[in-house]
Amino acid sequence: MRHLLSAGDLDVDSACLILDTAAQLASVTDRSVKKLPTLRGRTVVNLFFEDSTRTRISFEIAAKRLSADVINFVAKSSSVSKGESLKDTALTLEAMGADAVVIRHSSSGAPHRLATAGWIQGSVVNAGDGTHEHPTQALLDAFTLRHHLRDGTGDLAGLRVAIVGDILHSRVARSNVLLLRTLGAHATVVAPPTLLPYGVNEWPCSVSYDLDEVLPNVDAVMMLRVQTERMQAAYFPSVNEYSRRYGLDIRRMGLLPPHAIILHPGPMNRGMEISADVADSTRAVMAEQVANGVSIRMAVLYLLLGGMSEDDRKGL
Amino acid sequence: MTSESTVIRGVCPYGEEPVDFVIAGGVIAEIVKAGTGAGRVIDGSDLIALPGFVDVHTHLREPGHEDAETVETGSRAAALGGFTAVFAMANTSPVADTAGVVEQVWHLGQETGLVDVIPVGAVTVGLGGEHLAELGAMATSVAQVRMFSDDGKCVHDAAIMRRALEYVKAFDGVIAQHAQEPRLTVDAQMNEGALSGQLGLTGWPSVAEESIVARDVLLAEHVNSRLHVCHVSTAGSVDVIRWAKSRGIKVTAEVTPHHLLLTEDLVASYDPVYKVNPPLRTRADIAALRAALADGTIDAIATDHAPHPHEDKDCEWAAAAFGMLGLQTSFSIAVLTMIDSGLLDWRALADRMSVRPARIGHAVGHGHDLVVGVPANICVVDPAASWVVEPLTFVSKSRNSPYSGMTLPGKVVHVFKAGKATVVDGGLAW
Repeated sequence: MRHLLSAGDLDVDSACLILDTAAQLASVTDRSVKKLPTLRGRTVVNLFFEDSTRTRISFEIAAKRLSADVINFVAKSSSVSKGESLKDTALTLEAMGADAVVIRHSSSGAPHRLATAGWIQGSVVNAGDGTHEHPTQALLDAFTLRHHLRDGTGDLAGLRVAIVGDILHSRVARSNVLLLRTLGAHATVVAPPTLLPYGVNEWPCSVSYDLDEVLPNVDAVMMLRVQTERMQAAYFPSVNEYSRRYGLDIRRMGLLPPHAIILHPGPMNRGMEISADVADSTRAVMAEQVANGVSIRMAVLYLLLGGMSEDDRKGL
Repeated sequence: MTSESTVIRGVCPYGEEPVDFVIAGGVIAEIVKAGTGAGRVIDGSDLIALPGFVDVHTHLREPGHEDAETVETGSRAAALGGFTAVFAMANTSPVADTAGVVEQVWHLGQETGLVDVIPVGAVTVGLGGEHLAELGAMATSVAQVRMFSDDGKCVHDAAIMRRALEYVKAFDGVIAQHAQEPRLTVDAQMNEGALSGQLGLTGWPSVAEESIVARDVLLAEHVNSRLHVCHVSTAGSVDVIRWAKSRGIKVTAEVTPHHLLLTEDLVASYDPVYKVNPPLRTRADIAALRAALADGTIDAIATDHAPHPHEDKDCEWAAAAFGMLGLQTSFSIAVLTMIDSGLLDWRALADRMSVRPARIGHAVGHGHDLVVGVPANICVVDPAASWVVEPLTFVSKSRNSPYSGMTLPGKVVHVFKAGKATVVDGGLAW
């Protein structure tokens, strides 16, 4: 694996390798000195054209725990500001010797372009591109599901997961649908028809407009952030109506089977897609998702930048 | 014949029996038995003669965007592509919405002289969609504009469109519509379908084109005026136009070479060379467009030649400009999609690439059948040749061709414009 651009590029073996590696690396986090020397002397650039403090920090901590040199490059999106182009930024990073570029961009396909246009030699990690994909989010969600609902090993065969909210604009949903399918789980996307992409019936998942009907039959539910701005473009009539029909409140949580868990990629709109009571309940695993995100990103950087040496394994 | 006459020796008009074309005084002076014509000889053996191609839809970018193309470089590309006349769209800077600008473009075309550059006038001031431009002034200018278009933008206001259609009846003008319902295509990036959902690119739904085409044919019927539909891209639009023609509505339509060949699947590469408006569609759309061009529902192949500087394509998808080069590849794509498939014969291809487009835009002197006495606008092609597309060798100032590296059939060998050779042996005559 040279780049991580799409969750769809992962087969079951490579996905499980990332999850298993993340499980091993998670132990580093439990130590008093949270650091491995593995990527010493390697340079990881966080190239963020879009604000996302959470994701950037997660990648930064992951790279630092592996002793990489981390550079944060916050740029304005060229499509908006006509500042320095993606190409020139890439050429600059290449000239400075970046071994991996972690890119967040508002334009779908920007990581793909960075990886394939011949501008740079290093590895490219997609940290979220437009409304396309966010593969490390899907991996950390799978890691969390595996930890809670499987014994922390293997794939997710037979697992049933509802993904609820703004599927149309969600890169998290796209990556999760692809990865869950690869890992043998069955996803159902739930949203008002306006927030489902055209052609969603061809996706490898089920589709429902009715959250109450879906909840009793899933092992986990992923709530997606719904931006209130969507209301202006008539995707739904009001926050209240959205919340009534698709928000996860205490009553709806009661429809879930007892073992089912609740995920959210954050940041949450409390009172919109998820009520405060649910967000703070013991079934909600958002804090674990954040912790697992660091392990997953460590694993991805680890594997992209050369994998584990024997010394590394002994050090674990 | 006098010493000033030229003979195209042994050429097959429309792929039929070989003859000699004798060109003198700017016209086809004689068509005689092969080997018998007198004058300066140009070898036409194994080649096919067609009327010079006419392109009702190009962007030559001058004035204002000379980094992408000029009237001169665009004319050179057009000549090499077998064209003798091209229509230059109005979305320049300043916009061609006054007699002054259209006359400037017309004069630049005359100075280069390789093709007749026929300016298209804007329908509305600044392509703003609100106030009619001075269509009459452009019509009576030296450029004698007859085709008006806000191409790049849709005349979306139904009342403005109605008035424009009515107004141009006074000088037998035609409104060429870029059919794109703007509210349905906000931030649109590619064809709306399963693939756009998967790629996370905002969809440009077929209905955004079809709803405007449907509205416009009904408006054209209501006011009994002439409508031309630019770059038809969907099977649904074809159905609407076919219905409109069956009702006797005065509508004509064009299709681009790229919409006859390329599908949306190419967008999965996120390579902006495939970013174009209207977007690449599906196999089913391509089949419908080819069938419509074959049965005459679609009248013309038009390139929508849209040069862009390299930096506007060498970037991420959303930041890239819409558009593709077309002039130097149009004939070959037509051969590949329409001749090799058996959908059109050479005479019908000449009809769709010369006769009908000339008629749509009133390109005086162009689009005549190859008979004695007509202006000698002739394109001589080699149907058996093939070539590899290398955009860096194009005479266009830009290189945003989606066919780079492809081997295409058919080659333009000689071109005559009003009796004067503009292309000889595949190269420009000057």
